[in-house]
This record gives sequence, C-alpha cells and structure tokens, in this order.
Amino acid sequence: MMGPWLDRLAAMHSRRGWLTTALVGAIGVIGVPALNIVPPPDTWLHIPDYVVMLLGKFLCYAMVALAMDLIWGFTGILSLGHGVFFALGGYAMGMHLMRAMAGEGVYRSQLPDFMVFLDWKELPWFWYGFDRFWFAMIMALAVPALLAYVFGYFAFRSRIKGVYFSIITQAMTYALMLLFFRNETGFGGNNGLTDFKRILGFSLQDPATKLGLYIVTAVCLLLTYLLCRYVVTSKLGRVLAAIRDAESRVMFSGYNPLHYKLFVWTLSAVLCGLAGALYVPQIGIINPSEMQPAGSIEMAIWVAVGGRGTLVGALTGAMLVNGIKSWFTVVFPELWLYVLGALFIGVTLFFPRGVVGFLQRFSKGGGSCTSNR
Amino acid sequence: MTPFRRLPPSRREAPETDLTQRTMPSIKVASLGLAALIVSLACLAGTPARATGLEEALRGLGSKSRKTILRSIKDLGRAGDPAALPALEALRDRKLRVDEQDRVLILADDGTLARDALTGEEVPVAGQRLRSPVINNRIRRTLLPVIARLQLSSPDPGVRLAAAKEMVKRPRSGAAGAIRSALETERDGKVRQALRLALALIEIDSPDPVRRISAVRTLGASANANVRARLARMLQTNESGEFTAEPDPEVRAAAAEALRSIDRRLALVSLARNLFYGVSLGSVLLLAALGLAITFGLMGVINMAHGEMLMLGAYATFLTQNLFRSYLPEWFDWYLVAAVPVAFGVSAVMGMVLERCILRHLYGRPLETLLATWGISLLLIQTVRLAFGAQNVEVANPAWLSGGAEVMQGFVLTYNRAAIVLFVFFAVALVWVLLRRTPLGLRVRAVTQNRSMAACMGVPVSRVDMWTFGLGSGIAGLGGVALSQIGNVGPELGQAYIVDSFMVVVLGGVGKIAGAVWGALCLGVVNKFLEPYTGAVLGKILVLVFIILFIQKRPQGMFALKGRTAEG
Repeated sequence: MMGPWLDRLAAMHSRRGWLTTALVGAIGVIGVPALNIVPPPDTWLHIPDYVVMLLGKFLCYAMVALAMDLIWGFTGILSLGHGVFFALGGYAMGMHLMRAMAGEGVYRSQLPDFMVFLDWKELPWFWYGFDRFWFAMIMALAVPALLAYVFGYFAFRSRIKGVYFSIITQAMTYALMLLFFRNETGFGGNNGLTDFKRILGFSLQDPATKLGLYIVTAVCLLLTYLLCRYVVTSKLGRVLAAIRDAESRVMFSGYNPLHYKLFVWTLSAVLCGLAGALYVPQIGIINPSEMQPAGSIEMAIWVAVGGRGTLVGALTGAMLVNGIKSWFTVVFPELWLYVLGALFIGVTLFFPRGVVGFLQRFSKGGGSCTSNR
Repeated sequence: MTPFRRLPPSRREAPETDLTQRTMPSIKVASLGLAALIVSLACLAGTPARATGLEEALRGLGSKSRKTILRSIKDLGRAGDPAALPALEALRDRKLRVDEQDRVLILADDGTLARDALTGEEVPVAGQRLRSPVINNRIRRTLLPVIARLQLSSPDPGVRLAAAKEMVKRPRSGAAGAIRSALETERDGKVRQALRLALALIEIDSPDPVRRISAVRTLGASANANVRARLARMLQTNESGEFTAEPDPEVRAAAAEALRSIDRRLALVSLARNLFYGVSLGSVLLLAALGLAITFGLMGVINMAHGEMLMLGAYATFLTQNLFRSYLPEWFDWYLVAAVPVAFGVSAVMGMVLERCILRHLYGRPLETLLATWGISLLLIQTVRLAFGAQNVEVANPAWLSGGAEVMQGFVLTYNRAAIVLFVFFAVALVWVLLRRTPLGLRVRAVTQNRSMAACMGVPVSRVDMWTFGLGSGIAGLGGVALSQIGNVGPELGQAYIVDSFMVVVLGGVGKIAGAVWGALCLGVVNKFLEPYTGAVLGKILVLVFIILFIQKRPQGMFALKGRTAEG
C-alpha cells in the first residue's frame, strides 16, 4: 500500500530536483541557525540575530507567496484578499499570546490590556478557548478556511471570475479592515494586539526563542512547499491548470470547476493563516494595517516578480522583493514606492514570467523549477 | 457690530411702559385705573431718571468688578433700551475698552478709532492706554439673552430673527413681556414664528393651565429636538407611575399629542436629510464611477489608477485656485469655473499618456493590467506627495458655494453639496452627448460592439482607444474638482474611492452609463440610510454582502451588456 504512494511522492521532482530541494531545505533549516550559533559574533561567517529575524519574516512571506501562486499562478484566480487570511491567522495567534500573558499586562488584569482600557468587564465569547495553544492553532487555520470557503462558494458558484473576482476580494479586504479598525469589534481596534510576553512558556525576548521560531517557520515552509508541489503535480493540479487556461472547456469535458476552485482557494487561505500565525510571534504585533488592500496587492507582485506558475518562482519573488524593500525603506525611504510601482509595471510589461522565466530562457529545460506548463 | 444709533425718545418710551406693567402686578390687581395713572406718571418721570440710569449702567459695563458688570447688564436688560445694544455687543465681541478718563469706548473695526458709548462722539485711541473689561462665561450667559431681547427691536429682520432664535435656545421668564410686545409690531413671518416658539417655551412654565395648553400646542408645530425634550419632560412619571412634572391631565394629553406631531415632523426631516445626503454621496460616487464606467465598462480596461485621476483633478483645482489667488484676485470667486476644464485636461492627458505607453501593451490581459495600473497609482501618489507634501492642501470654497439654505427646520441644504448634484447632471449629460451625439462617440460604440468589424470599416481602433481612455480619465478629473469642494485634498484622496467606484460599476452592470448612474445612487442612498442603524463600517460591510448576493441573482448587474467585454 505504501509503495505506490512513495512512488507518487518521489515523482514530484526529478532526481536533481529532489537534491536541490534537500540542499536548499538543509541550508534554511540547519545551516542558518548553525551559522547563527557556532561562529563567534565578529567573524564574517556569523549571521547576526536581526538577520535571522528578518529571514524568519521573509519565510512567512514566502509561505504566503506559495499560497498566492497556488491560486493565481496555477488556477488563474487573482486574489486581492490574501492579506485578510494572513491577518486572521495572525490574530488567532495574537489572541493566544494575549491570553497566555493574562495577569501580566500593564493593568495586572486577567483581561487583555485593551479591554481593561475600554472598560470591558468580561471576555467576549469569541475569545474563549484561546488560552489553549492547540485551540488557537486550529482557529488560525479554521477561521481563514471558513471565510474562504463561504466567500468562495458564493463567488465561484455565480461564476464571478477574472477581474471581477479580484475586485470583490479587494472590497472584502477593505470592509474587513474597517471592521477590525473599530474598537467595538473586540480585537484591539487601531492598535491591534501587541506587547506579547512568551509563547508556550518561552520568553519572546530571548534570542533562543526567536531562533526556535525561525526553525519552526523554515520547517513549515519546507512542508508547505512539498504540499504545494504535491498538489500541482497531481491530477488535481492538471485540472487547475486547465481551469486557468480554458475554463469553459473544462466544463464541457464534464468537470465542475466549482469544487476544484473552492478546494484550492480554501487551501490557499489555510496556508496564509499558517503563515500569519508564524509571523506574529516573530514580529510581536498584529494590527488591522496588515489587512490594507495595498498589502494584498503587494503579495501578488511577489509572485509576479518571481514567476507565476512555478513554486520556486513564488519563493524567489517573495525573498527578492522583500529583500529590496528592507534595503530601500532604510536607505531611500521616499524612493521605495517608485521602485515598487516600477516593479509592478516592469514585470507585467517586460517579464510576464518573472525572474524564473527569465533565467529559464538561458538554461533550456532547467530541472526542478519547471512548472507543468 | 450694528451701527451706533440713538433712537428718538418716543420710541424709547415704549419698552418702559411695558416694563412698568410687568413689574407691578399687584397694582394691576388692585385697580386698573390706579395702574393707568401710575403708568402715565412713570412715563412722565421716566425719561430723565432712566437716562441717568442708562448712563450709569453703561459706565458699569466698563467696571473692573465682574459683579458690577453683571448688575449693569441686568439693568440694561430690564430697561430694554436698544440704545445700549452697541455697547453690549462690543462687550460680547471683546471690543469694549475703558480709557484713562474712565470713558467707556467702543472700538471700531480698524482699531484706531473708537466711539464713546454714552455720547456717541468719536475718539482717536491710537497711543492711548486702554483697559478692556474682563468677562467670563457667567457674564456671557447673562449677556447673550439681554442682547437678543434688545435686538428684537432692530430694523433688520435678519438681526431680529437671530435674536428670536437665541431666545428659543435660552428661554428666560423675564423676556416674556418683551416678546409679547415685539409680536404686536412684528410683520416678518419667520421672526413671528420664532418669537411664538420662544414665548411658548416661557409660558409652558406658567401656573395657568390654559396658557400651558396653548403653549404646548404652539410647541407641537415645531421640529426642534430641544423642544421635544422639554415636552417629554412634562410627561415624566415616578416609579409608581404618577406624573410628577405636570399635574393637569388635559395639558398632559395636549403634550402627548404635540410630541407625536413633533416626532412625525422630525422623522420627515431626517428622511429628507438622509435622502439629500444619500443623493449627494451617490453623486460623488457617480462622478468617481462615471469615468470608470467608460474605461472599465466600455473598454474593458481595469484601471486601478482611476482614483489617482480623481486626485490629479483635485490637485489641478488646487493649482488653479493658487494661480487665481496670485494673479487674478478680483476673479477669485470664479476659479472653480476655470478649474473644471483644467482638471479635465490634466487627467485626460495623463490618461492618454498612460494608455499610449503602458496599457495598450496589456490589452487582453486584465489581471496584468490590474497590477500595472496599481503600480502607476503608486508612482502618481508618490510623485504628488513629493511635489506637494504628504499633508492635505487647502482648497477653499468660493463664496457662492459656502453656506446653505435651511429648507426645513433642522435640515440645511448646503450649497456645495447641492452644487455637486447639479454638477453630476452636467457630467452625465456631457458623457451622454459625447457618446451619443458625436463622431467620437459613434466610433467608441462601434469599437465596443465589435472591434475587428469596426477596424475593417476604417475606424482607427487604437486611436479611439486612446481618446476613450482620455475621456474616462478626464471625467474622473471632473470628479476631483467636485471632491475638492467637500473633502480633504491629499495624495491618498483617490484610494478611498476606488473600491466604492468599482462596486458601483459592478452593481450597475458593466458597459452601461445608466447602470453606473443607478448603481451610484442606490449605493449612496442605501449607505446613508443604513448608517444611523448600523454605523458606517457595518453599513459598508452590509452593502458589500448585498452586492455579492445581488450578483448571485443577476451576474450581469442591473443592466446586462452586449459587447466585447461580454463573454461570448
């Protein structure tokens, strides 16, 4: 029984592809932490703590980019609402972290600080259960999944597609952002949730905890990558690509695109939720600005820069764009928006297949990076 | 400040008679004849005696002691002589001064001349040491009703109306006589109405139930929230259900009836207000969405930088305003008229440039267009931010657009919003004429309906694309002119409207101008009517849910389309 399944797994990559994946994975999961711990701080081999933190953040973004690629690159549905799923996962984690430090806030109350500030006497019903880590983790995945499922069901059922779908998701993002900005909604309003103390008993200020979070994120990203790879190399993945290229023909061949789209859309939202949940303890804050429509569109540009329809492209793009962003916002803060705008225009005009597609032109038939295109 | 004037003595006596009547109720009861005698005596004796009283009170206004000021104000109010008005108003406006000879002076507007409050002679005050009497809120509270009472005898109906309204706001039992006598001579309808209201608000406390009933009836005809609260207080009960405030059942019944009629009127006013604000919000949305209905609806080009076309239009208005301010100050009030073509031109040229350089390479790839135009919007926002600063710039309403007309009690039709509604008519008409009555429109429609066939017939398709896009962007620029008159003008002005205007186009159905019109009006009115019940944010979410559900039912929007954007 295990035999064919293993074969199927092995077929996800070529031999060279597996080797590359293993190598990159090993560098990410083992190499970076090792370089952070082992070499003495002043040698050139040493990776300082803040770079590890930055990389951890980028890995979360890369996970979002994978999710985005799944829905946009492989299924052809451009979502401008992935920031919402990301933020919802983050809020679930943030709620747990707030509950975990009950009694240690500024007001020494069992309630989170902002509720004391708003003069609330007891916990709202939707905060129950978040003091348990497992429950918060389930919610971090389940809430985005549920929202995506319900929203997607109505949208896909009435065959809203193309730009219409994008616009509707953007409107959803906008509306939810406004909702979370309200104090009465019960998620800390404008300031969001912040000032966390510890996760599962480990202090969040401790560099060791941060390194641990980085390793967990790297492992999750690797697993997410394999999952996405599994999906896009399966028959399901082929149907998805068919939906992207000619949806009517898929319907005429007897498939109902609704379920396929709904599955990949929900999966994508779940991955975003996971990324958000990993993101918040590393950054230490979650607030409604994560839901800004602009943020969600930026996620699309990560994928576009890297190369749509290739998972490697999504990973590269997320790392690349965020790397540039980190550098520019420090050195030339007023020029960053120009760079971002130019990226949007340049990529769509001149590099529709992104960095990966550009590189592939030089190395024809390049192994592990190719999509099923 | 009302001009300084001294009334002829005959007119000055009138309030005095009234005063005597009011302050001597016991005499009145004792014997009418005796009362008449005393009144006439008081009239004869009044003029010299009161003149000194007035003088003393006016001098008291400039006193160092607040108590004296307060007493003088009360005295002047009791005397009811309009001659004291300028001094009182000067005190209110902090224009009253006392010079070294203890003369009470009223400072003129330019600050170099002053007039003696007692004699009226002009005094140059440049270089003099002047002291201004200190007033606090307590003095102010006494001062304002006194001024209002004196203003009731002003020859200007506007002043009288303002005074009557002030009395409605702060009813004082002492003013009843003054109001009654003013009602006898008053001819202006509006002032009479306000006076009656003020009188009723005083008489509602009278011990005579008959008077109370008539006061309650008068109050029932108003639509004032304060009046409503006052009437509701009459129906107060304690825990055991006894009426504590109003003993007479007949008066209570009248009050309940009056309350019902006020509620009806208030509901009507709020309906009218919501409708107006809804229509005006809808017009703003429509101006934002109208251009989009052309670029997105007719051409199928999704332009996320559309909001920035609005922003450019608003900044063009700002620049026009500044040019007028520096070069044509005498024509300043009409800068808005000049701003309309300027804004249209700026946005249209920008739109055409974008279409030529970027968008035409992305036709047929809508998702890429979306991303590229988003990039354009980022560039435009950042450029404007660097050029004009991240702060909002100030665009002033021209004089003819500020203020408003009170259509109903409690409902002011502001001119700028009303003008936007009219402006929208103009814009829609412009688009309609351009699309239906010009060769360009004919070509645009031909390209929309069948692009290749139109090309075969010799329509220069790509040039038509450019003109169409320019038109759509130019209309957005017009929207920017309108937005600059009611809101803040900043680099992120357009971002707030982009989601809403896409909703309008989706709701109305792509490709139809009529769809955009109805979509915008529906969204605007629904939004405004939901706001009081759900709050602005939940209202927006409800509207979004409504749109999603509506699209379930009618995927093509309210007006179905046929053309190249319709999926074949």
